[in-house]
Parts: sequence; C-alpha cells; structure tokens
Amino acid sequence: MILDGKCPKGPIQTSWDRHRFDLKLVNPANKRKYKILVVGTGLAGGAAAASLGELGYNVEAFCYQDSARRAHSIAAQGGINAAKNYPNDGDSIYRLFYDTIKGGDFRAREADVWRLAQVSNNIIDQCVAQGVPFARDYAGYLDNRSFGGAQVSRTFYARGQTGQQLLLGAYSALSRQVKAGTVKLFARTEMLDLVVVDGEAKGITVRDLITGEIRTHVGDAVVLATGGYVNVFYLSTNAMGCSVTANWRAHKKGAFFANPCYTQIHPTCIPQSGDHQSKLTLMSESLRNDGRCWAPKKKGDNRHPNEIPEDERDYYLERKYPSFGNLAPRDIASRAAKEQCDDGRGVGPGGRGVNLDFSAAIQRVGEDTIRERYGNLFEMYEKITDENAYKQPMRMYPAPHYSMGGLWVDYNCESNVPGLFVLGEANFSVHGANRLGASALMQGLADGYFVIPYTIANYLAKTKPGAVKADHPECKKSIEDVKSYNNRLLNVNGKKTVSEFHRELGKIMWENVGMARSEETLKDAIKKIPVLREEFWKNVKVTGKGEELNQQLENAGRVADFLEFGELMAKDALHRNESCGGHFRVEHQMPDGEAKRDDENYCYVGAWEFKGVDKEPELHKEPLAFENVHLAVRSYK
Amino acid sequence: MNLTLHVWRQSGPKEPGKLEQYEAKNVSPDQSFLEMLDEVNEHLIKEGKDPIVFDHDCREGICGMCSQVINGVPHGGQERTTVCQLHMRRFNDGDTIYIEPWRALAFPILKDLIVDRDALEKIMQAGGYTSCHTGGVADGNALLVPKPDADYAMDAAECIGCGACVAACPNGSAMLYTSAKVAQLAALPQGKAEAAERVCAMTDAMQAAGFGNCSNHYECQAACPKGINVKFIARLNREYQKALFK
Repeated sequence: MILDGKCPKGPIQTSWDRHRFDLKLVNPANKRKYKILVVGTGLAGGAAAASLGELGYNVEAFCYQDSARRAHSIAAQGGINAAKNYPNDGDSIYRLFYDTIKGGDFRAREADVWRLAQVSNNIIDQCVAQGVPFARDYAGYLDNRSFGGAQVSRTFYARGQTGQQLLLGAYSALSRQVKAGTVKLFARTEMLDLVVVDGEAKGITVRDLITGEIRTHVGDAVVLATGGYVNVFYLSTNAMGCSVTANWRAHKKGAFFANPCYTQIHPTCIPQSGDHQSKLTLMSESLRNDGRCWAPKKKGDNRHPNEIPEDERDYYLERKYPSFGNLAPRDIASRAAKEQCDDGRGVGPGGRGVNLDFSAAIQRVGEDTIRERYGNLFEMYEKITDENAYKQPMRMYPAPHYSMGGLWVDYNCESNVPGLFVLGEANFSVHGANRLGASALMQGLADGYFVIPYTIANYLAKTKPGAVKADHPECKKSIEDVKSYNNRLLNVNGKKTVSEFHRELGKIMWENVGMARSEETLKDAIKKIPVLREEFWKNVKVTGKGEELNQQLENAGRVADFLEFGELMAKDALHRNESCGGHFRVEHQMPDGEAKRDDENYCYVGAWEFKGVDKEPELHKEPLAFENVHLAVRSYK
Repeated sequence: MNLTLHVWRQSGPKEPGKLEQYEAKNVSPDQSFLEMLDEVNEHLIKEGKDPIVFDHDCREGICGMCSQVINGVPHGGQERTTVCQLHMRRFNDGDTIYIEPWRALAFPILKDLIVDRDALEKIMQAGGYTSCHTGGVADGNALLVPKPDADYAMDAAECIGCGACVAACPNGSAMLYTSAKVAQLAALPQGKAEAAERVCAMTDAMQAAGFGNCSNHYECQAACPKGINVKFIARLNREYQKALFK
C-alpha cells in the first residue's frame, strides 16, 4: 500500500495556516460530550491532556509512574530549540526547518517539519507564561546557547534541567485542569491493549499497577504519547520503565510502525562500568559548547589524560568537521567516537571511551562560569564515576538514547487506525533518520500544545460522542486477552529472570543492530531473537500474582514486547539497504566513512503492518518529496 | 564487598510490616544502591521468593520516583543525592544497612518500600501553576525577568517532588516542597498576579492532606537531594502574611 501523509499542497510557508482553516471544528458546547484518552504524561502527553482539557473536552490521562511529573521528558538536560532569532545571528523559521530536514538526513516529511519550526516560537512564550525559569541575561532577556547541527544559537535552557522545567510547566497546566475537573488522572496505570471497534480506536485496556485490576476505559479518541523504545538495547539512557509496550500493543491492533530502525545513539554518555549496570547516563550535548572531544594519537596510550601533551591529542571532531567542530550532529559524533575506539585509541576501561575536555574553556572563562553553565552535570558525573571533571576530562561513550522511528501518523498526527493519535517520541514524524539536539522537547510540546488541539477536532467532528460503551464485546474481549496473556507470563514458572532475558536481548541488539549494522549482523539478529523469544515463553520466571503490585509482571510484559519488536527493528534495518542518519549500514559508506544514502530507492518512510508473531510483517511505503530543501549529501565539514 | 541488609517488608497498606534480613554478596563499589538491590532481587526470584519492591525510574536523580530511608536518613545521607545516584563506594565491606520506606502520616505504605505520595499532588493541584491558557500568551521577552530573580526561581524550581523533605521532618511537614513552588512563582512576574491566592490555597491543601506543620528543624533541607534551601519556607511565610492583609 502507498501511504498518504495528507500533507497540505501549495507553498509550505502557509501550509499549516491553510490546513488549520480546513480542519473541522467541534462546537464549544459539544466538546464536553467527547472523551479523549491520553496515554503518557511527558511533554507531549502532559501538554496535550492539559490543552484538550482546557478546550473543554472530557480527558482521562494515564501514566505508569506515581505522578504525572515523572515522565522521562524530565531527564532532558540541554535545552529546547526555537526560531526566535533573539541573538540576531541569522536564525529564521526557514533555517530551523532546513537544519532539521538536513539533520534528519532527508528522511522526514517537509510539511511536518515546517509546522514544527513555525510553532517553536509559541512554545517558548507558552513556557515563559507558565513560569518556567529559563536562563536570562543580566538585562532580563532570555538567553540562548548553541547545540549540535546548527550554526546559530537558538537553544533556550534552564541550567542543565530544561526537560524538567518544561515538564513541570506542562504538569502545572495539567494540575490546573485536574482541579478544574476537565482532566481525570490515572497514575500507576499501564496501558496493555488498544480497543478497536469497527476499525476505529475507541478505548484502552489498562492494568492498575497497585491492585493489578485489569479494566477498559472507553473514549471517542485515543492519544498515545508513550515515548520511545531504545530500552530494547537493555542499556540505554531511558528510564527503567520506558518501553515499547503501548505502541507495540497498538501495532498489534493494526497501527503501522514506521522506520523502527532509526535509533539515536547519543555520543556523550558515561561509559559502562561493569556487568551489574542497569542503565546509562547521558551528559548533555550542551557540554560540547565548551568541551572538546579528543582521543590520544597513539594507540593504547595509557597515560593519565592530563599527562598527554597537546600535540599528542587528536581533537577528531575539530579535525574532521572544521566548520561544525565539536557541535557536529549526534549520529556523526557518535560514529566518530566509535571510530577512535575501534582504532585502539579509546580511553578508560576496555578502551571504550573518548575524552571530553573542559580545560581550555576553564582557562578561557574560568571555573565559576563553567560551574554556572553545567554545574549539575559535573556533579552527576562525579557521583557516578568518582572523578572530578573540572580537574580532568570526562570520559564519554555513545549510548542508545532516542528513537526517531515510531507509530506511523499522517500530518494530523493520526495513525492509520482512525481515532488513534500519536504524539512526541512515540510517533515517527519530524526527525527523519537523526534527531538534532534540543529538538525532542520542541516536538513533544509542539504536538501537545499546538497540533493535537486542532487536528483531533477534525476527527471528533465526524464521530458521534459516546458511541462505544464499556460493556461492548470488544472491551470484554480485550480484558480477557490481557488477563490470559498475563496469566501465561505468570504460569511459565521457568528458571531465568525477566532481566536476564532483557540483558540477552540487549546484547543481541547492541552487537547486531547497534551503531554499525551489516547484512550479516542483521540476519544474525533475525535468527537469534525468535530463539530467545521462544526460550522466554518456556523458561521465564515471574513471581507473585496478577492481582497485586507486581513489578516482575510489569517488566515481563515489557520484555515480551521488546522480544517481538526487536525482530521488526532488525528487519527494517535489513530492508533499508542504505545508510542514513542513525541507521548506518557498513556496506553503504562514502570513502571517508560518512553515511551513504540511496535516494533513488529509499527516499520513503517504511511503515510495517503486523501480521502475527512469527509471521512476516508487510511493508507499506510513504514516498518523501523534497520541494523546499534540495536532496543533497549532508556535509558538516 | 559483602553487606547485611535489613529491609522493610510489608505486603499491603493494611498488613503489618517488619524488617527482614538479606545478604548482599560480591557488591562492586561502582554499583549504584538500586543496582545492589536489583541483584538481591534476582537471587530472591531464583529462590522463588517475592522480590523487594521499590519505586525507581530514571535512575539519574531527576524523576523523583526513588524513595528509601537508608540507615535512618532519606536517600541515604550523601549530600544532594537521590538513592538512585548513591553508589556503593560510600559503604564498607561488612556494613549493616537498614532500608525503610518514607515514613509520614500523609504517605501510606502501599507495599514494602513503596508509598503513596498522592497527597503531594493535591498541593500542586490547589495552585501550583499560573492560570495561563494554551496559546494567546505574550512574547517570552515581553516581561523582563532580572537575572537574580530568574536564578532564585530556578533554585526553587529544582525540586523533584520526591518527598524526602516530608520523610525527614519530625512533623511530617511538606513545607519545603510547598514553599519551593510558592517561591518560584512568586519570584517571577508571570506568577505574581495570583501569588496571594496561590499561597493560601496551597497551604490549605497541605494541611488538609495530612501533613504536619513546620517547626524549623531544617531536616528537610539536609535531606533534600536538590539542596532546596529553607529560605523558601521563610518566603512562603512572608507571602502568606502578605496575603492575609489583602
């Protein structure tokens, strides 16, 4: 099937404005008759639930954490982009649009990206009005800093806790709606199934994580803002509870999964210290404003970094990409770091690390200024590694961080299942094959505050409110299905723990579907994952009961989904016979090791349809057209 | 290193709980505290026993989910550190460690080390926001915010809502938590308009939710993983006094 993204035709500059006029509206008095279910309370979900509640819809919001304030958006450190051009350095909506398309290696939809750039400025205004304490200069104006993949300073920030502050802004707006009675919040509640009635999304089946109760919530539309899936690698920068489960269960009910092979491996994370490790910690890209990446020139140079003289250091990003230097985009910086380590010039345990050095910046602006800019990050680094980065370079290694792929959506953020909308990291729409720094926060809030409030009305206006009731046979069936699935997990009673399976899957994924992929490694993964999955269903041990607080059961469900999803990810990576952005196939590279795209054959979105576990998924394509930015080889040199 | 753990086990809110002893063997100093517990749990599962349940999520000290009292101190006593960021190198071979949940009237225990912190939500819902609408707001630079005010607001806004302040307070008071939000918004021009209403509503909600009063022990500041300063409590009191005269 050829998918249609339903992007507005005509000049891109006015596309969103014209589209908004063409969208149907729901009369203010009718809004309260419609119930909208919003799953996830991160930037996208929190902003969406708050905004939809404020418009007068009857909203129910769900999160697996104990509070809507804890979604993993909170961990974003560096900042949020907007085309305000406050520094007068040449920024514009067009430039943000261009940088994002180019940063995504020409694998995103132009119209979606344009809209994102256009509403970026509204986001900053909105957050300021909420009381988000963005950094200010001494005159009281908003301050900016630089981020990777851009040559202008367009990133707004709140120390090293921008995600936290933006999320607390959305959470405060949500709290206000809870008090107003327009939003009902269900914390510690996990979505385990999508209820589809006559082809349209009309509800979700959830598990109450305290009591274990399985129940269905029905609504007139479902909004998934359930984040990304890089915990498929086991070790990642995601929170422990981040999973593909909500998306995967929706996928199994008919929603197409787009570009699952596009995963972002972030260049600056604290290297793994041992097998006991449960997650990896990111150090913000903003550090590359002042930190210089280097590796020793000599192989196996074991000297303390401070003892390696200047002329024996290879500042590899500055050498390879003189015009962007240390602010090269993430995919490029990650591959460059891996290259140094593969060449035997890595630092730290096992040689899996490169230096991120602040000594030049400290000499230039002083330790106090560096502390003011990144104090909390240096503190966090010290807690984990016991090393003082003011005195010696940080050690960094790439780690799975973000998923550009996600459920397929059209320009309205609506999936191919009518009534199912997908926002933020959970969808695939704007980042192409690589996301630029400070763009995830922008997308989450854009989708939640400024896209879904308009586009969802277009769907609701065509439906009769409250058409599906909780006693609908599909709801009963969904509850039975979820219960029997959970019982299956509980009854295997094997010998291996859930986390042992997760680690094994992570190892397969990282080694075969990680930063460098080849036909051989991908075929190997496609062979190994089903074997591991089969073993899981024969040999996993999940203690306790379903009708109680049971974290093992929660994890078992999530890992079971990763064991199915991982295979799709590998298949997508194998089918995409090109390198682009975060998807690097070793067979397809330029002589200098850069990613080599194949625009003739792969300039499309690959959206997969579920046909059954152990059955071949079907590929649907949405061709991508570039009318405003010319397809070109991406260069940061 | 090898450690002896005494962990609070309680199967439900109404069930009696007690400390149970576990051994943690071959613990690496580079492990985080929660990773140490993960391994204890792996052993328990293999023995067919119920693993210890505890709240955790981001494991990088920002989500505020983790909540354990370690040797009598919320988050374990390392300055400005959440449990998830506490590493085993802070302990010694042979140590005995006591692990308990947050203890406060307003935080009922749900199971083992997990408590219900919904009472904190009630405080936020009472007024922890500015009543701006989505869209239709002024340009971000329309109202200038002097840098000292922005920095002060940010200092307060760092609160991660974990509830350690409540767990540390002999009165089980949520004054530090409440004051951080009150002070943040009162310091910014965007929040000033509703400052009086906000401080009254949030203080009332705090009392209604079962939290105690502040009697200036300052245990909250010592336990706070983000180092939120008690000066914000003074600010809350000042804002409250001002509101009474309005």
